[in-house]
Amino acid sequence: METIQAKIIPHVFLIIKEVIAFVKDVITWSLSGGLVYQIYLCILAALMVLGVYAYFVQIKVGLAATNMSDIVSWGFYIANFTFLVGVAAAAVMIILPSYIFKDKDLHKVVIIGEVVAIGALVMCLMFVFVDLGAPWNAWHMIPIIGLFNWPTSLLTWDVLVLNGYLVLNLMVPAYILYCHYYHRKPNEKLYLPFVFISIFWAFGIHLVTAFLYQGLPARPFWNNPLMGPRFLASAFAAGPALIIIVLVIIQSTTSFRIEDQVFNKIRRISVVAAIINLIMLFSEVFKEFYLPTHHSLPAVYLYFGLKGQTALVPWIWTAIIMNLIGTLTMAFNPGKNNPRVLVPACVLLFLGIWIEKGIGLIVPGLVPSPLGEVVNYAPSWVEVSITLGVLALGIFVVSMLLKPALMIEQRYEAGR
Amino acid sequence: MDPRKNKKICQKPKEKDCQKTRACGRREFLKGAARAAALSGAAMLAGCGGGMLGSKEELSLRWKEYFKKHYRLMTQQEKDETIRRLEQLAKINNNVNIQMSSAAPIDGVLFGYAFNVTRCEGYMECVAACVKENNLDRKSNMQYIRIFEMEHGQMSPEVGNAKYYHQVPVEDHFYMGVQCYHCQNAPCVKACPTKATWQEPDGIVVVDYDWCIGCRYCIAACPYYGRRFNWNDPVVPKEEMTKKQHYLGNRMRGRGQMEKCTFCVQRSRAGRLPACVEACPTGARVFGNLLDPDSEIRFVLKNKKVFRWKEDLGTDPKFWYFID
Repeated sequence: METIQAKIIPHVFLIIKEVIAFVKDVITWSLSGGLVYQIYLCILAALMVLGVYAYFVQIKVGLAATNMSDIVSWGFYIANFTFLVGVAAAAVMIILPSYIFKDKDLHKVVIIGEVVAIGALVMCLMFVFVDLGAPWNAWHMIPIIGLFNWPTSLLTWDVLVLNGYLVLNLMVPAYILYCHYYHRKPNEKLYLPFVFISIFWAFGIHLVTAFLYQGLPARPFWNNPLMGPRFLASAFAAGPALIIIVLVIIQSTTSFRIEDQVFNKIRRISVVAAIINLIMLFSEVFKEFYLPTHHSLPAVYLYFGLKGQTALVPWIWTAIIMNLIGTLTMAFNPGKNNPRVLVPACVLLFLGIWIEKGIGLIVPGLVPSPLGEVVNYAPSWVEVSITLGVLALGIFVVSMLLKPALMIEQRYEAGR
Repeated sequence: MDPRKNKKICQKPKEKDCQKTRACGRREFLKGAARAAALSGAAMLAGCGGGMLGSKEELSLRWKEYFKKHYRLMTQQEKDETIRRLEQLAKINNNVNIQMSSAAPIDGVLFGYAFNVTRCEGYMECVAACVKENNLDRKSNMQYIRIFEMEHGQMSPEVGNAKYYHQVPVEDHFYMGVQCYHCQNAPCVKACPTKATWQEPDGIVVVDYDWCIGCRYCIAACPYYGRRFNWNDPVVPKEEMTKKQHYLGNRMRGRGQMEKCTFCVQRSRAGRLPACVEACPTGARVFGNLLDPDSEIRFVLKNKKVFRWKEDLGTDPKFWYFID
């Protein structure tokens, strides 16, 4: 008995020491950088402060500080949440080929995909939280001390899958980076099962979020079986597009080198998904407008305006044009993966899907109201500020994690 | 409430307690620390719930209120305690004497409602009575009931006009009232992530206001626009407040909480008619026990041609429209 203890205790101490050294270096690396990097961090911090200030205002006066109402009861926060769930889920498009099909090129950037997913998840959870009317009661949802309406309420499913996905996406990369930091080969048997789970989980977070809307017969615009598949397609288009943008930024600002094939592979993934997304969009539009029913009114409101209210019309058409140009440019690839062509195309695709799947999905679900009333909605300054703050937090998290992660990977590659 | 103000109040007792520690023993310190924690927590809550911070008594009441259970998990004693606390808080904060009840549903009662489309002439007395009876927020002009002015040749409120400001009744028009339908198969109940809204055995769909987290998924799930959210702190002038209240009914709500029509649970469980039924000058509103074969509502269901709105959604509302 004593001998076992004598063996284990020094081992445990060693691990603790190692972990402390690892965490220390990670923090140092994430904060150290040139002047431009420091300014960049300061801008993010300023935006976060703005967000915190706006949130105080919102706590003080209530959600009346937003432009939401009993008719448009979900607005900018939930719109951004919905879109970002897709960005989080899209990391699987890099994880799947690199871990399962052992794609060597993608394996080098898989960590970037995972970190983007972590940032997106942090933003998702924050957006849901700032949307709560009584955040001080959030503990009522924690099982055991509160009442968790699982499995009946889809919202409880969403809480489970989002938090679970965050844990999975933190666990696997942390373990791999930790091993690489000490120039050890990570044990596949230890982490691969979790990679498999996270792949299924990624589809899960997206389908569950879609079901949140899809499961409401009260809202004909959402009550549509194509919602889940379309969420996946749009996510697998927008997510990889964002990862391409992040890769180009990394390529041009750090010494981390990324092969040309990587861009090509991710571009192809994104294009396939973007085309499927457009086909589904066309299918939806056809159904709404070929023989319009009473249930097509939200789509009419979205695309053409209703009863003189046209707030969303310019947005949705901008989104569709961006989506089309982005998809076509990425499909025909006139720049042969030259970032000068590829990045604007990715930006267009990303923004187009953001608008369409954000505000273009949430608001028409609620307008016209069940009583047929049509109102316009635009976010208030509080909503915009809090949203900017949350986005800044997400970008901050990505930067903080990505910088040390890439340094560890580079050192590991060099040392091998 | 200014959050900065709260902070100051949070810190003050802490400092005081720390000074005390030097003089006193460990037990005193722990006591002080616990009290400081309680005070700062309660101060935080007060900040969230609004209202000026008051005495130690008020803080302790708020503290206990914050950690109370879901209404359905409370024993009768716990229900009595929270009601006493809420009455005390109303006295301290607004200087009003309210009498709150936690009257349980009566066995053998299932409430139902019928609306006579022919009789309603759009006076909106029901709306005013409802606002008064249920202590609805005057600031945002919250209303549970909405009356739609309709042209002949249509039968869905969606195409009617709820914003009419002229003398009624208008010729060639009829009127249709809309409110929560207390669906037997309610989508809002299914949506709620914390079980803060549910259907009572007497058929009334209620909200435990203090358990609601304000996610508003139930609004999205409701096909009838039956639910209302407190976007701001509700305001009801003291002199206009209805003092006879029910925990699940017309007691004062807070900001960030959902609320809705409760068939005036404070009245209906005491054998009275809901305020809207009582106020209706044309007798267009019928309310009663669906399980009692001699009730008026059963008479209507048996002898009139009735219909329900959005029957295709399978929500099974306990609210019928009928035509004389």
